[in-house]
Amino acid sequence: MAQHRVAPPPKREGLRAPVGRRKFLGYLVAAPTLVVAAELTRQEIFGGPSATAAPITSAPQPPEAYDLLDLLRDASRPTANLIRVEVNRDGTVSFALPRSDNGQGIITSTQMIIAEEMGLDVDQVQVTLADARPELLFNQITGGSSTTFTTYTPIRVAAALAQMRLLDAAAQILNQDVRTLTARKGLITDTLGNALPIGDLTEPASSAVDQAVDVVLKPREDFTIIGKPQTKTDARDIVTGRKSFVNDLKIPDALPTVICRAPDLNGTPDDVENLKQVRAMPGITDVEVVSTGVAVRAQTFGQAIDGVRALQVSWNDGTVHGESDETILAKLKAAELPLVVPAGAVETVEGSFTFYFKSNSSLEPNSAIADVRSDSATIWGPMKNPVTAQAAIAKKLGLPQNAVTVHVVQGGGSFGRKLFFDAALEAAEVSQAMGKPVKLMWTRADDSRQGRVHGMCTSRVRATVTKDSVLSFEQRHTSVSTDFTHGLGDAITAAGAKAPGGNLTFAESIFELTQANPYNFGVSTRMLNEVDMRFNTSSMRNVYSPDVTTAREVVTDQLANKMGRDAYEFRREFARSDRIRGVLDAVAKQGRWGRSMKNGTAQGLGIHHEYKGVTAALVEIDCRPETVNRKIREGVTGPRVTKVTFAIDAGLVINPKGIEAQMMGGINDAIALILTSSLHLTDGHFVEASWDNYFYTRQWNTPPELNIIIVEPDDQADEPGGAGEAAVAATCGAIANAYAKAVGKVPTYFPINHLDPFPFEPKPLVPPIPESPVDGLRYTYGG
Amino acid sequence: MPTRTLHLNGEKVTVEAEDDVRLLWVIRDLLGVTGPKYGCGINVCKACTSHINGQAFNPCSVPVSDIKESDEITTIEGLADGDKLHPMQQAWIDMDVAQCGFCQPGQIMAAVAKVEQCRKEGRDVDDAAIEEIRNICRCGTYNRIREAIKAGAEEM
Ligand code: FES
Ligand code: FES
Repeated sequence: MAQHRVAPPPKREGLRAPVGRRKFLGYLVAAPTLVVAAELTRQEIFGGPSATAAPITSAPQPPEAYDLLDLLRDASRPTANLIRVEVNRDGTVSFALPRSDNGQGIITSTQMIIAEEMGLDVDQVQVTLADARPELLFNQITGGSSTTFTTYTPIRVAAALAQMRLLDAAAQILNQDVRTLTARKGLITDTLGNALPIGDLTEPASSAVDQAVDVVLKPREDFTIIGKPQTKTDARDIVTGRKSFVNDLKIPDALPTVICRAPDLNGTPDDVENLKQVRAMPGITDVEVVSTGVAVRAQTFGQAIDGVRALQVSWNDGTVHGESDETILAKLKAAELPLVVPAGAVETVEGSFTFYFKSNSSLEPNSAIADVRSDSATIWGPMKNPVTAQAAIAKKLGLPQNAVTVHVVQGGGSFGRKLFFDAALEAAEVSQAMGKPVKLMWTRADDSRQGRVHGMCTSRVRATVTKDSVLSFEQRHTSVSTDFTHGLGDAITAAGAKAPGGNLTFAESIFELTQANPYNFGVSTRMLNEVDMRFNTSSMRNVYSPDVTTAREVVTDQLANKMGRDAYEFRREFARSDRIRGVLDAVAKQGRWGRSMKNGTAQGLGIHHEYKGVTAALVEIDCRPETVNRKIREGVTGPRVTKVTFAIDAGLVINPKGIEAQMMGGINDAIALILTSSLHLTDGHFVEASWDNYFYTRQWNTPPELNIIIVEPDDQADEPGGAGEAAVAATCGAIANAYAKAVGKVPTYFPINHLDPFPFEPKPLVPPIPESPVDGLRYTYGG
Repeated sequence: MPTRTLHLNGEKVTVEAEDDVRLLWVIRDLLGVTGPKYGCGINVCKACTSHINGQAFNPCSVPVSDIKESDEITTIEGLADGDKLHPMQQAWIDMDVAQCGFCQPGQIMAAVAKVEQCRKEGRDVDDAAIEEIRNICRCGTYNRIREAIKAGAEEM
């Protein structure tokens, strides 16, 4: 995989930063060593130019002027809570990040931000994940790719203030003018070569009283860490097996626990016939009926699974009893909002697409540890939203919220699922029922069949055209209701979203705040209707964008066709901004748009604008029979994406390696979403029970050629945009277009293999967990 | 309950476990060695990939009674030579492969065995060989995995 960075335009003249640099407010916290703080939400206080987008000539759509990232930031302004940076006596600097890291690399980028401001090496900064802090209200949520955007400036303010205090303290001790001192690798040095380690300075630099101080940040021209590729700081721990996930924690007496679940989605237990026998099975310590099933606790997970498999339970119907893909699709069709511009009056181009259910399982299944006592509870889990979790768990247990301690553990992937805390809530209930600590894990079958999903949805598009322009572009998106009851990370909002009608409004606002049409397509409207059908849903490396964008980009290609235009030229002309043209040009040039392609293979384009970033993808696909029909044991092959050229302009880039990693992940997601992976709803349950049923991208599906380009914006952006979810949508659109061109037929549903016969034998529903094979030694390989 | 002696990561350990408990749970739940991960329990995801006598295998699908005292079991924790990383681990760091990291112990153990298999069979460690690796990475790090395997193979 080649990586390129497009050089930024020449810097502003002069060596020094412009006068009138922005000032921010930081706080010294009274403590024996240096502790500083900044408001997580408050930004600039006065002076200097502020960064705004270029003027928009045509009527702005909401996401261009104010998008989800702004909402996530502004939601918290009034709460004005502090984040703290501390300088330790051993010369390290520590900071507890009120966010959750599930592999996005935000710990590393936060270390970089602090190291930059304080002249440290990245590994001198210790960043940990903060426990649930209810006083942070909205501020403790990791979602919408918002982390770096919302925390960048406050963290810099605190770090810059710490640096200023350390320099002042050193100047006094060394008896030197502070302007002649330099800070590097945790040493403050004067021109004579005297050096003081910051660990020795933390006491003299500390403050006896709390006070507010004006802070000036390091000018961007002087950055030496931000913007440079940085390997993840936990890379060594990961490759040696030392990185711990929640199930790797050794909490005394928290024994493996698994739940026997209903055949129906969200079915509940009615009666258990053989509790006593199962309690007596080898290794099993406890069996209790709980609200979601029958919990089995044992010495090993294997024995807990054996217990689950032996249970004889009668079940109450689930929430979608008897429903199937077809019945749900019919309900969605019936709920589609009307298109306003009549068909047939002028020339129209239409599209109608179905996107089937998709699983957002991460590789680490839902897991949590709970130790519930009579008057308190301690929970460990990978939660993006620990404050809401704390409140919900307290309510479930009948404890005051402050009696529940929630420890946030690094997660093994999230993709939206860990906005919720299903396993933590269940673990708390089970621990209370058993009166013992539990380490609760959803098995893969549970996670796949009963875990949260991206809801089925449809997207209808109608565009009206003349010979050389697009008069209108209407899109109606209709979806199985997406659960946003995690609100914005705060128990109060979550309660609001649970109020009748509350969720729809919230979903509509998320839709409005994220879905901009990146083209000047005349009168452009987008509307969302969601239908609540009692599925377990959540976002999935975005909420609406991959589907909305796929529909829009496929119709955009058809519009270009209709007007007899090249798909790239057409997009270029109708793009709403130069930033979009920037990424589009980058992929067209480096991906050699328009090169001649063999029969059965084709190129396709897609673009997207969201999270203050713009993206473009140029995909090549191979749909020739010898490729489509290649055989892989218990795997799905089909059309192969052979090459992806992808460009992102994400504003200020903290860690290019991190952005590239996130884009790579999103591209592999897009391949799965368009070509291979979906859930099938049959008779009230999802069929897919493991990775040999649910075909997420594998090595044999991933593109052999991948080129990710980071385009730096013209305007020297001052703030980083979001990256975690940015790659999926544009790539989905590009794959769909390439596929349509290669096979000469525009797909109407995704993934394209959804209606093919199952390439697997569905696993039984009872018992709910398949037995582990015993023939593992037959499949060894090596030297 | 039978007492068993295993050779795990170069050490002789004893543990009490019923015959049919799969080795993965003996390693993780009873011996507290947590590098191999559970991702499916049915020999599909390969997150638990470890080595038995130098061959890649999946302990989620092997009853502990199938393991002989003479068998050498190696998990990711035992791959490095003390503080000196195995070349494949180093390549993983150099290429900054890991995202969440959950799949990566299994990916690295699979990669080492795949390279050794190619050597034995006189094949190149090329894209076709790498595409035989079944390990899932739900974070989608496949492309960096490919680069790391090729780089690691050169140093092995
Ligand atoms: S847990 Fe062993 S292969 Fe998935
Ligand atoms: S790095 Fe997360 S599953 Fe592979």
